Amino acid sequence: MCGIVGLFLKKDDLRPKLGDMLTDMLITMTERGPDSAGIAIYGDESDGVKITVQSDTPDVDFAGLEDDLSKAAGVGVSVKVVSTHAVIKAPMEAEAALLAAVEAKGLRVMGVGESMEIYKEIGLPKDVAARFGIREMGGSHGIGHTRMATESAVTTQGAHPFSTADDQCLVHNGSLSNHNSMRRKLAKKGVFTKTENDTEVGAAYISSRIAEGASLGEALEGTLKDLDGFFTFVTGTKNGFGVVRDPIACKPAIMAETEDYVAFASEYRAFADLPGIEAARVWEPEPATVYFWER
Amino acid sequence: MSVLDMSQMELRELNSTLQAAAKDRKNEAFDITNPRGSHAVAVGLDGPLSVTIKGSTGYYCAGMNKEATVTVEGSTGPGVAENMMSGMVTIEGDASQYAGATGRGGLLNIKGNASSRCGISMKGIDIVVHGNIGHMSAFMAQRGNLVVLGDAGDALGDSLYEARLFVRGKVKSLGADCVEKEMRPEHIAFLKDILEKTGADAKPEEFKRYGSSRKLYNFNIDHADEY
Repeated sequence: MCGIVGLFLKKDDLRPKLGDMLTDMLITMTERGPDSAGIAIYGDESDGVKITVQSDTPDVDFAGLEDDLSKAAGVGVSVKVVSTHAVIKAPMEAEAALLAAVEAKGLRVMGVGESMEIYKEIGLPKDVAARFGIREMGGSHGIGHTRMATESAVTTQGAHPFSTADDQCLVHNGSLSNHNSMRRKLAKKGVFTKTENDTEVGAAYISSRIAEGASLGEALEGTLKDLDGFFTFVTGTKNGFGVVRDPIACKPAIMAETEDYVAFASEYRAFADLPGIEAARVWEPEPATVYFWER
Repeated sequence: MSVLDMSQMELRELNSTLQAAAKDRKNEAFDITNPRGSHAVAVGLDGPLSVTIKGSTGYYCAGMNKEATVTVEGSTGPGVAENMMSGMVTIEGDASQYAGATGRGGLLNIKGNASSRCGISMKGIDIVVHGNIGHMSAFMAQRGNLVVLGDAGDALGDSLYEARLFVRGKVKSLGADCVEKEMRPEHIAFLKDILEKTGADAKPEEFKRYGSSRKLYNFNIDHADEY
């Protein structure tokens, strides 16, 4: 099954409440996916780059990380440790050196970007959200996922959202049937995935199209032609929020829009606490149709 | 009028209260408050009962309904009135996928839009949709009537048996074996009656009728080489 939620704020006054609203939406979708949960949140932009990393042994791996990375990158680096995750902030030009350094240390990179941070772990959505203090986080938009594993193992790496380029991420409900052949096609272009997960292939496909010059809207259109299987995708970019369902559209999806926000969920239940939902325009996204908002 | 508040009551308790009242056959009336998109609200009612749900529901609302009248003052999730036997279910808002699926009787009245697979495998139910319906509606429908005031999506009536489909608006495409058929006086009379019953703002003459061309009923020997 899996449960997806997404919230894109059109106005700034709800920004401090983004994490709180998304957490409630995510917890409501627990029954759709109790295996793991994750959230990508587009918070305040840093002056440089933010790299979110994960470790199964944070006490060991994150000790002295700030000094180690500062030395490796030759610039001042700040590290904020949040449970099994750490957010590394550094000047933009240090990105490549830092990525090499964190990977050399065996840390898993969850996401990279100016504003995006990704937190995901195995466990119930309420526990995952509490562990990372998602409720306290502000921001402009975010997407979340509760996973019922079908195509690959229940691991932190297999949890959604998947990020395959800076400030881009994707969550998925469904299963892709041509992910192995697409993975090979992408590899030929030099685009490599880190897991055996079908969703990561969807994310990598979109990122590679954007890297080739397509707009996010065009990249999402491309999924309808090039990806086979069942999918509802919700994607985030630095300034945008997109939704697409496959032509069969058997995976549930519902959207709501007010003057203040656009919300997406697998079920209406996730909207019940949103402000002004009674007066919102609520509709089901059409199959094989791309929906997209940008600020 | 009894009020059952879902913020104070577990779903199982709510449904057993309604089911017991339906069995008592005293034609009781209930208001359900705070449904907040919950699943399986007012299912398995087996008797004359009037239930009004004050808000939107999730999956499988009013499933397996028999004799009861259920009104949803909001929208419903997938599978509303699935396998309904008799009675009437009214949705003031929109209905999600497979509304009225496998329904064997009764009337499902959707005042908004219904999405994909509306009336899939229907077996005797009447469904009236005041708005539009999505793709693959009435797939393998066997008996009953689907009346749509708005438009229909792709592949309407794919692999259709004997259900009758009436659409006032545009049909994006017809599914395999579904064809347009003539409107005869009995169809006009049927529409007049059901449009009146559901308060639908339309005239019978504005509809087109679709049904099975019955070509899939029997194996076509000319296709033997394809197997």
